[in-house]
Amino acid sequence: MDTSSTDDYRDLTDLEADQITRLEELAYEIKVQEVMTPDPVTVTPETSMNAVLELFRSRRITGAPVVDEGRFVGIISIEDLIRSLIKGDLEAPCSRFMTSTNLITVRPGEPLVEALKVFVNSRVGRLPVTEDGQTVVGILTKGDITRGLLSALKRDIQAEEMRRYRARHLFEDIKSDRTSLILRYNIQPRDFIHGGEASSHIKRALVRLGANPQVARRTGIAVYEAEMNLVIHTTDGGVIRVEIEPHQISMDVYDYGPGIKDIQQAMQPGFSTASEEIRALGFGAGMGLINISRCVDEMNLESTWGKGTRLRMKIFLNDEEAVGEGYQLKETGT
Amino acid sequence: MNLAQIIKELDLSVVTHPQDFASIEPSCGYASDLLSCVMSGAQHHGLWVTLQAHANIIAVAALLDLCGIIITEGAAPDAATIAKANEEGINLFTTPRSTFWVVGRLWELGLRDR
Repeated sequence: MDTSSTDDYRDLTDLEADQITRLEELAYEIKVQEVMTPDPVTVTPETSMNAVLELFRSRRITGAPVVDEGRFVGIISIEDLIRSLIKGDLEAPCSRFMTSTNLITVRPGEPLVEALKVFVNSRVGRLPVTEDGQTVVGILTKGDITRGLLSALKRDIQAEEMRRYRARHLFEDIKSDRTSLILRYNIQPRDFIHGGEASSHIKRALVRLGANPQVARRTGIAVYEAEMNLVIHTTDGGVIRVEIEPHQISMDVYDYGPGIKDIQQAMQPGFSTASEEIRALGFGAGMGLINISRCVDEMNLESTWGKGTRLRMKIFLNDEEAVGEGYQLKETGT
Repeated sequence: MNLAQIIKELDLSVVTHPQDFASIEPSCGYASDLLSCVMSGAQHHGLWVTLQAHANIIAVAALLDLCGIIITEGAAPDAATIAKANEEGINLFTTPRSTFWVVGRLWELGLRDR
């Protein structure tokens, strides 16, 4: 096992949290043939237990398929070897001690999860891999599965690191007088199931672009409140447009109705026009706009009753916080 | 005080994928059922106690990088909420106890509000 991989993903906490479900996916994606040991060492029914012992010792294995003229007939394992040692019967052919009934095999094209089920439900230590039940093309142990899953996870993490690396250097790689990245999201009214997704996506994009985690959170909170306002209050939903530049993040949220009757009143802490049903879900605390103003450096709210609302927000980034210029994670504390 | 101890002491049910809970230490605690209050009051990597159980609590927790949510009063998150929590890496716990009881126990165990 390559233990260096565990250190590699210590830094990637949110990714790490995804690993468990990813492992399950991998168990379905990876095929037995990708992780098995191909062309394994085999013995014949006539091979003596002495020779089996020598083979296990020299090859450092704990079991082998028994093959008779190309046909798979049994499994000889270290447990069988111990039984022959106890009986002092090392001269005997391995056919006397091998397991030859209820043999379980897997096919090379099956997903790993099938092999995992066998390992969980039976006491076998290894599974011969065969297409036709006769010709052994490989052998699979629990160790092979662990190694296979770990190296697939490591590949995943490297791919994610590569994506982050590329994203972080996006702005320096592209030459222009002013480069920006624009993200747009259409928000549906009363869609509480997907409400909050746009802000999650924006926050993730910023993290990937190498933004300071504090900046990513502030942006996320501001956009979340605006996004939920679109979900809760608008007639036909609205649009979130976020423009990311190395030194500023501009957020523009607009809709076409119903609009805000009194902006001064809307800005009061605790004021909300949300219905009882929506309040029961925990929305409509009358804190949304206050939260936004706390998170952004500039905020501009315009609305015409009957026409719509437009909320513009900006977060300015100093050199240390700049997005996409190889910013390094420097956050300390909890 | 880590999540494994909290789960044991408060007898919480874990509804999301199991983790190495002993390695997760909440920085502090926060309790509210109003999402905007949570947005402004909860500290990142904190533990949030609420009786809301709908999918949007996951969005809030993910944006704030909270380490977990304790859903009180026997409220049960639906399958979509649990799936979203797993996707975002947010730990979800449930308990039949009230928010008041949970917060009291957490305080006794040494968890503070910041």
